[in-house]
Amino acid sequence: MAHDTTHQHESNTKRIWSVFVILSILTIVEVVLGILKPGFLVHTDFLSMSILNWIFIILTIFKAYYIAWAFMHLEGETKGLRRAIVWTAVFLIAYLIFILLTEGDYIFEVYRTNHVAWDF
Amino acid sequence: MEATVVRTGTEGKTWGGGNDPLKASYGKMMMWFFIVSDALTFSGFLAAYGFSRFKFIESWPIADEVFNHFPFLHGVDAPMYYVALMTFILIFSSVTMVLAVDAGHQLKKGKVVFYMFLTIIGGVIFLGSQAWEWKNFIQGTYGAVKTEGGNILQFVDAEGHRVALADVAEVMSTERVENTRASGVWFQQGEALPNYTIEEIKAGFANREDVVIRTQKLTEEGEKTVLSREESLAKLDAEAVSVVEGANLTENEYGVPLFADFFFFITGFHGFHVLSGVLINIIIFFNVVIGTYERRGSYEMVEKVGLYWHFVDLVWVFVFTFFYLV
Repeated sequence: MAHDTTHQHESNTKRIWSVFVILSILTIVEVVLGILKPGFLVHTDFLSMSILNWIFIILTIFKAYYIAWAFMHLEGETKGLRRAIVWTAVFLIAYLIFILLTEGDYIFEVYRTNHVAWDF
Repeated sequence: MEATVVRTGTEGKTWGGGNDPLKASYGKMMMWFFIVSDALTFSGFLAAYGFSRFKFIESWPIADEVFNHFPFLHGVDAPMYYVALMTFILIFSSVTMVLAVDAGHQLKKGKVVFYMFLTIIGGVIFLGSQAWEWKNFIQGTYGAVKTEGGNILQFVDAEGHRVALADVAEVMSTERVENTRASGVWFQQGEALPNYTIEEIKAGFANREDVVIRTQKLTEEGEKTVLSREESLAKLDAEAVSVVEGANLTENEYGVPLFADFFFFITGFHGFHVLSGVLINIIIFFNVVIGTYERRGSYEMVEKVGLYWHFVDLVWVFVFTFFYLV
């Protein structure tokens, strides 16, 4: 986190390529897991979602972190700017997802247990 | 023009705007503000997708079965490969973009031109790939039958492999003609005729002992429910009302209509971002070529479009996960 774009102009190519390698590996792992779909990961649930889906989401967040920090150079920005961007987005998105998924699940239950048939 | 310029004597000082606590230029900060708001737009779409998916959690289409095409591999089941390739293309164009920004910091014009050119090519290839993906999605592969309640019934053989409508249908002569604008007395247009009528499917299905019906409902194992031969016959007879081939905004052969709606809307919106990214990149590319930024002594414009381009890549990473993986 030492580089400040406005003052230092040394080359970062090494860092760029290593991030590319990391992103590639993460993507390959995702694709392989997506194709194989190992049974024990699919059928084990954690917080009402399969472990496999948790792995996908966590790997995605890792990828997002590397893209934002290395490619978009958030690691070189001041703390204030970085936090204004990341905290705002993370808070609002987490809130939105929580609200909408809870509601979606509720409607699913209503459809399933309702006395009125919706598949006629 | 001296008269119109008000000098306060505070230029460069705190009150004159000389203090930049975030140490980012105005343009770069505004680009970040735009990106944050755009990110919230995209997360609104993706969260809405999640909402609809949770609502139909027991009958949502399985992405691996929908997106399983690869160029030059006809009929081969290739789930994920194509979209993984697209992801790599976009990530790599992001790498060349950041290399261009890096070269810009060192004021190496030739390198900036070269890397920006690669970035534009990557973006164009990605757009072409997406068009191909859309084409396959809209055209569909097997076709399906829709019930009165709006559900989709698909045909499978004994091994569980999908069977196309063409293999089931028993072609009968039909009186039905497609109503076009030209043939009507009143200025109107009828619905497009599918390749097969529902009667042809029903007649053909009765003769195909080896084919059964698969409903949308997911089993405990996360696979689609396959009915027995008797159940299939009864269901097709009682409920099937129309034939569905491919996908549009009102119905699709893959399952829940919202699945196609969200696919078109989210990948379309993202594709539109890629398109505008490519166009902006082209403008900046020519500015670099004619030496605008060299004379200015700063390649910050390249950095700003770079931010936008990385953002497009960032969004794709999430679209990839939630549409194709989860």
